[in-house]
This record gives sequence, C-alpha cells and structure tokens, in this order.
Amino acid sequence: MTITDIQNQIKATSARAVVENSIKLARENEQYHAILNLTEERALKLADEVDAGKITGKLAGVPFLVKDNFLAFGAPTTAASKMLEKFDAPLQATAVEKLEAEGAICIGKTNLDAFAHGGSTENSAYGPTKNAYDQSRVSGGSSGGSAVFTALNVVPFALGSDTGGSIRQPASFNGVIGIKPTYGMVSRYGVIAMASSTDTIGAFATNVSDVEMVMDIMSGLDPRDMTTMSDFFQVKTDAKPGQKIGLIKDFMTDDVDSDVRAKVNEYVEKLRAAGHTVEEVSLPMAEYALAIYYIIVPAEISSNLARFDGIRYGHRAESVKTLAELYGRTRDEGFVTENKRRIMIGSYVLSSGFFDAYYLQAQKARTLLINEFNKLFASYDLLIGPVAPTTAFKLGENTSDPIKMYLEDIMTVPASLAGLPAISVPAGFSQTGLPIGVQFIGPRQSDADLLALARSMETK
Amino acid sequence: MLTDEILEKYEMTVGIECHVQLATDTKLFSGADNDERDKSPNSVVSPIDYGLPGMLPVLNRGAVDLAIRAGKALNGKIAPISRFDRKHYFYPDLPKGYQTTQMYSPIIGAGVVHVALEGGELIDVRINHAHLEEDAGKLTHYGTYSLVDLNRAGTPLIEIVSEPDIHSALGAKAYATELYHLMTYAGVTRGDLYHGNMRFDVNVSAALKGSDKLGTRAEVKNLNSFRSVERATEYEFRHQVELLERGEKIVQETRGWDDAKQKTSSQRNKEDSQDYRYMPDADIPPIILSDEEITKIQADVPRLPGEWRKILGDLGLEYSQIETLIYAENEYRGKVAILDMVESVISDPAKAKFIANWNVNVFIPLLREDDFNLTNIDYFKLELTICELIEQNKLSSTNAKILFRELASADSLPDVENYAKEKGYLQVSDEDEIIKIVDEVLNNPSAVKAVEDLREGNDKAIGFLVGQVMRKSGGKANPVLAQKLIRERIK
Repeated sequence: MTITDIQNQIKATSARAVVENSIKLARENEQYHAILNLTEERALKLADEVDAGKITGKLAGVPFLVKDNFLAFGAPTTAASKMLEKFDAPLQATAVEKLEAEGAICIGKTNLDAFAHGGSTENSAYGPTKNAYDQSRVSGGSSGGSAVFTALNVVPFALGSDTGGSIRQPASFNGVIGIKPTYGMVSRYGVIAMASSTDTIGAFATNVSDVEMVMDIMSGLDPRDMTTMSDFFQVKTDAKPGQKIGLIKDFMTDDVDSDVRAKVNEYVEKLRAAGHTVEEVSLPMAEYALAIYYIIVPAEISSNLARFDGIRYGHRAESVKTLAELYGRTRDEGFVTENKRRIMIGSYVLSSGFFDAYYLQAQKARTLLINEFNKLFASYDLLIGPVAPTTAFKLGENTSDPIKMYLEDIMTVPASLAGLPAISVPAGFSQTGLPIGVQFIGPRQSDADLLALARSMETK
Repeated sequence: MLTDEILEKYEMTVGIECHVQLATDTKLFSGADNDERDKSPNSVVSPIDYGLPGMLPVLNRGAVDLAIRAGKALNGKIAPISRFDRKHYFYPDLPKGYQTTQMYSPIIGAGVVHVALEGGELIDVRINHAHLEEDAGKLTHYGTYSLVDLNRAGTPLIEIVSEPDIHSALGAKAYATELYHLMTYAGVTRGDLYHGNMRFDVNVSAALKGSDKLGTRAEVKNLNSFRSVERATEYEFRHQVELLERGEKIVQETRGWDDAKQKTSSQRNKEDSQDYRYMPDADIPPIILSDEEITKIQADVPRLPGEWRKILGDLGLEYSQIETLIYAENEYRGKVAILDMVESVISDPAKAKFIANWNVNVFIPLLREDDFNLTNIDYFKLELTICELIEQNKLSSTNAKILFRELASADSLPDVENYAKEKGYLQVSDEDEIIKIVDEVLNNPSAVKAVEDLREGNDKAIGFLVGQVMRKSGGKANPVLAQKLIRERIK
C-alpha cells in the first residue's frame, strides 16, 4: 500500500474513514504486538479537520506510525520502558511536527527495544513484536513495531530511529524499505537520545517514492539540533547510469547465511544487468566496527540515560529512605536488563583509568574506519552488502547470549559510526520464505542517490 | 598556640578557581531567562534546562562572545577550536545527570593577571586556563525532604583556574578583587556578588619554607565575598600549620567555610571523591573562531583596571585615589560612568586630572551620602563647566563645591555660569570693585597690626587680610586678585 493509494482512498471516502480503517487494521493485528498505544482520539480529531479543509498539505489525512521513542502527542511516550510508562510529552519531535505540518496523522506509537537498545524488540518492557512473515520469529529492532505494521500495510509509512541498524535490520527482516539517513540530515530534537553521535531519524515504507517523500519533508536544518545540516536532500528524477558499486566482501564470508548471500548476489546480477559495474571491495576495519560501536555507544548511552533519575518525571521508586536508594531503585525498576548492561559497560569505559584505553582508542579506530570508507568512495559511487548475517531469528533464540545478539549488528554499525547514509532494500526471500534485504551505503549526503538507484531497481 | 614565629617557618601557597556568571540574556544552552534574581522557584526553566527526554543543547553565542572578552581581561589566548564535554554525577540539582563543561579543550588558554596589593606592589598570578560551563540548580533542605529550584540550572559560567602563585591571604583577597574588577570592566558579568555572580574555591597548602615540594592542599569551596576569601585562606593556612606542628598529615579534602563561625570544616575527602566519567558532548559541535572574529569582539572591551591605573598614575593621582576610582566605577556602573568622564577629556591631561580628582574628592563622597539621589542630568557637563570656570578664575574651589552639590540634585541642568552668577557664587575679578573692599579692610582699626606685621616682612599676615576681604565680599572676591591689590596698597 502506497501513499498514493491512501490519498486516492481519502478522495473516494474521507480522511476519517481512512484513519478509522488504519486503526481497525492495527487492532486486527494486535497479536503482532507492534503498537504500544494508539493515539485514536487525537488522530480522528485531526482527520475531521482534514475533511473540514482546516488541515491541508502533501500528506493531508495520511496515517502513519511513530516509534515510541519520539516525543509525540496523543499517548504516553514510553520508549518501551517502565521508566516512562506514564510520560506524556509536553512537545513533539521536529520530525513529527514537520509531518503533521503536511497533514499526516499519527495513529499510534510502535514497539521497540526499551530505549532502542537491541535488535529484536525482545528488550521491550512490554513484550516483543512478532515478525510480519512468521509470528514465531522476531521483528528485528529496535524499530520492530514500525517495520512490522508497514509490512502488514496498516499504514503506508512509519518512523524509526537508527543508531546502529535499528531501521535497516527490521526493514530487512520484514521485507520493507528502511533508510538511515546521513547523520545530521533529519533533526534529532524530541527523539529520546540513545547515542548522540550516531542517532539518526528515518522511515519505513513499501516503496521508494514514499520514503523519498517522507525524508524530503523531515530533512533540513533545525535550530534546535546543532548537528543538523542545511537541507541537501533533493529527490532525483533518475538514478545516475553506469554507477560503480563496491560489494563489501568482508560481509559475504561463510559466517553469513547462504540464503542471504544468494539473494545479495542475485541483486548484484540485476545491478549489472541494469548497466552498473559491481566489484568486490574490502573494508578491513569492518572487523573492528562492532568493537568500536560497543564501546562508544554504551558510553553515550550511560550519559544520555543519566537524566532518568526519578526526580523530575517518569518512574520513581516508592518508600525509599535515602537519595542513593531513590536513584538505585528507580533506575533498577525503570530500566530493562539490556539498558543496565549498556549503562554499566558505558560507565566502565568512561571511568578514570579506562577512558584512554577504551573510549579514546575506539574513537581513533573510528577515524580509521571513516578513512577507509572515504578511500573507497573515491573510487565507488556506493557500497552494497547484506543488512544482517541472518534472516529473522526465532523469538528467544539469542536472548541469553548478548554477544550473539550484538553480532547481528555487524553489517549495520559501520555506516552508523561513519555517519553515512544507508538503506535496506528488499532483495527477495529465503528458502523458508523469510524476507532478505540488501544494504546500500553511500558517501555523506548521497541519500537521494541511494534512493534513486533503489527506485530504478524496484521493477527489476 | 601558634606564634608568629611558628607561622613564619611556613610558606602559604594558594591557587584559586573562580566561577563567573556571564551577563547573557539567556542561558548557555536554552532560551530561558538568565536573570534568576527575585524570580519564583522553577519559573525560568526551559525543557532543555529541565533535562526533558529528547532535548538538545543549543549553544548561546552571546556566552561565547563574553568568554572571548574575558580572555582579553585575563591576557589569555582564545582557542581557535574549543569543545564541550560532559561531567557526570547524580544530584537532584543536576537535571541531565551531567554538567556540560569544557574539560579537554577550554576556550581560554594560559594567561596572567597583574594584581595590585595594598600599597601598590604588583604580583603576577598566572592563569592556567578558563572554560565555559553551565551552572547547576539549587537544593534547599527541610528536615525530611528537600526542594529543587532549577532557575539557575544552565546559567552560563566561566571558570577561571589560577596557578598556585599566591602566597598570602591578602594576596588571595586582592586577586579575587582584581578578577571582579576585570570581569565587570570587560562586561563579562553583572558582578552581583550577593547573588553569587562570582564564587571562589580556594586551594590552600602549607609547606616549610625552602622546601621544594608543595604541601597537600585542601580546597575551601563556594566563597562569595572577598573578605571570606581572605579569612578562609588565613584560617585554613593556620589550621594546616597547627596540624603540621603536631606532626599530623594534611589530607586532601574539600572544606566548607562557615561565615558565622569564621571557620572551615571538612565536607568530603579524596577517598569519596567522584569519578566524573568525562566524555566529549556529541550534541554540540566545536566552537571554531577566526582571528578576525576574536580581534573584533575584543576591540569592544573598554579600558581595563590595569590600564586605568597607569593612566591615572601618570596624571599624578595617588594609589588610594586611583583605587577609589577603580572601585567606584564598578559600584556605580550603569548609574553614572565615573571613569568615562575622565576618558572624555583624556587628551587634555589638566582637565582629565581635574575630573579625576573632582570625582575622588567631591562626586564620589556625595554619591555615598545616604540622602543623595542621582538625577538624569549630565554630570560630566556639570563637572567640565565647573572646571572651566575655575580655570578662568571665575569660581573659587569652595563655591565650586557648593555649586556642584546644588546642581547635582537638580532635575535638569541650567546654564551653569548664569546660575552661579545669579546665586552670587562667581568671583569678583573687577579691580575697581575689589580695591574698594581692600581699602575698607585696610582702614579698619582691626587691620593695623596685620599691616604692620606685613611691612616688617611677616608675610603670614597677608592671609588674615585676604580673609577679611573675602568675608566682606561675601566670598565672591577673587582671592588672588585681592592679595595682589593688598600688596600694592601696602607697598
């Protein structure tokens, strides 16, 4: 289902009918547990205003979903945590505001790993989201709910955040398109911070044009986020012909599912058939990307989660006797195990005596990784490879082994660390019928080029 | 019991960290009002200062500009690239769980402050660096509970860190005072000490003289007056000497100053000092400054106290007069520009000296009188006119003061000379008129002895005769002229 389909339905019936239908679909698919809270009352009110002509815009009346780590009205913003179970946001994220300014209507808040820590939504304090193609499997994550309900056509598009793969991997697991834009393209204002230096805001949709439209609306300089850049995103009519593409061979080793490799290779053949050149390239620093990521990101997480202390908002432990107990119990009760694990790793790598050995070393290695990317982009328009080493795994399969879970991120974290745009594009299905995505990674600000290429390949 | 003899054996070493609240309109990273004085609790707090989830800091460029000005006052180099870091600890007055500060790349590099001690001796206190950071909120404890006020959370500060170059309590006080002058003259802070606009942490250590090692230091935190800086430093030094004399060890610790008891006491020692887990703040891009930008901003900094001391000294003013002016400039800043008046006639040293002296001897004492209120008149114009009338022998210094005091309270300034004339304050410089009075005085029997004395060469008597002429003229006669005419008559 595309945005255009929805717009036609609105013309034929009304915005209210379309929004009601989306909400009905959301309810009918409750078993996937993709949504934490619907924003029904507010959505219907806005739909009536669209029907009354009071709200106009490019997306007037088009329903969408928001990952529940975006501050948005209509229901609590929980970050899928007990910490913020009853937290009503007093303002909205820039991304949400921009979409609403074009008339789009948020109908609910989607499930995620609590505070976006994870790759399966199994770390949600409210239970996992199930895969759109197999309910015994994970949705991927952390933006699992948004991916699943986009795949199930509940809405034409949904918002997510991607810090190390949280949009791309669930997009791959559920057969939809997902984009992690260039760092700084979309404002992070109003999105609950995970890792400030790699957090990005992106979207899921079932076709490239819809992704382009949504990103075009959300992108641009925001005076409330100093890391945003002036708007460079401009939708390209056509993909550049005869592109030179590097296939990252470090991501095509025997450790990667053969089905995944097969589908990526098929996609490579299609690219060649379309007149592009694809060569194998090597990204040796990719081997260290996961280690770098799991030092820098927990460090930033431990800092960004420090504000959840039970003093001003959110959960506060009861019948405590001392301030230390208030902090300890509040944070123990409000965070899930994975949150605590990352806070502890982060606090450790930042502590005096370890900062130089871990954090600073990781930052230096990160620079080497960026240099390696830059070198490749001197010769190649973009790089491709798998999004994840596997298809969607079974619920509970990796929960007892955090390292195995972290390994799922191995192909998505390099682009995050380097601030590069990367998209996940459906590339077919495994022999067991599970979706597989292919990842495009481009130089900074090449977001529109990546999408144009993906669009040119949609019918091939 | 500590005797002077014992104290003499030890060298005091002091380094000072000073937090200066910047005079920006808004906070360091939010648009909330930066002036929390007389505001009800938690009324000037934005979602950013409140540490709401999803909020991001937006650096206030005004604070950067003030830091650049401060850099000039501290003779410190402004870093072409500086960055913000996060300092983590949990406390209810710290909404984000970290303070945004500059740990690794501060905006102001090494500098030096020239401090005038009482009597005019200058010492140099080197500045290690100064950095930008945000203030925390305030906690008030009430028995079983505490209340948080975040009005001050996010207020921009610069922290000025000195080298341990101070070796006396008076030196510590003088340095603190000089920082106050520098920061207020440069327009960096409002300088409201009562509201904690400047707060000092004093690091004190004691070691036997001649020792090549510094003693273990204790830090006395949060002093907000120059006097408390002096007293706390002196107290802490004596306290340490006492311990050392008893053979005890000094522990590195943080101590507080009790102003009522005039004592320091331990707050926490090094063992429970925190690990702040500093890390770069990825939400704030580096501050990148060009030389041109820095030069342009620093060009707006007015003359600083050091320069004024030199100028006023060259004009012939004494140390105490100079310091009176330096203080008064701050005391009456925003009300009346004491040194600006001197600045306006700086190219004419005679007038500049007159104005400077007039301010010291007449205007500042008047300002300090309880029942005196400044009006909107142009005080500089008034002083300058009086200066010119005196130069032209039209006004005696006695009448000048009377005239000034009358007009200083006027709602508007009349034509000063006309006013003085009408009030009869101008001197009579008409020889014919004065000779009449001289003759009257000389013919009076009471003058006989003085005239004789004068003829016999006792020149002191002239004073008496001139005084008589002045009195008879109602103070209006030009005394110089009167003296000349008396001498002519007696010859």
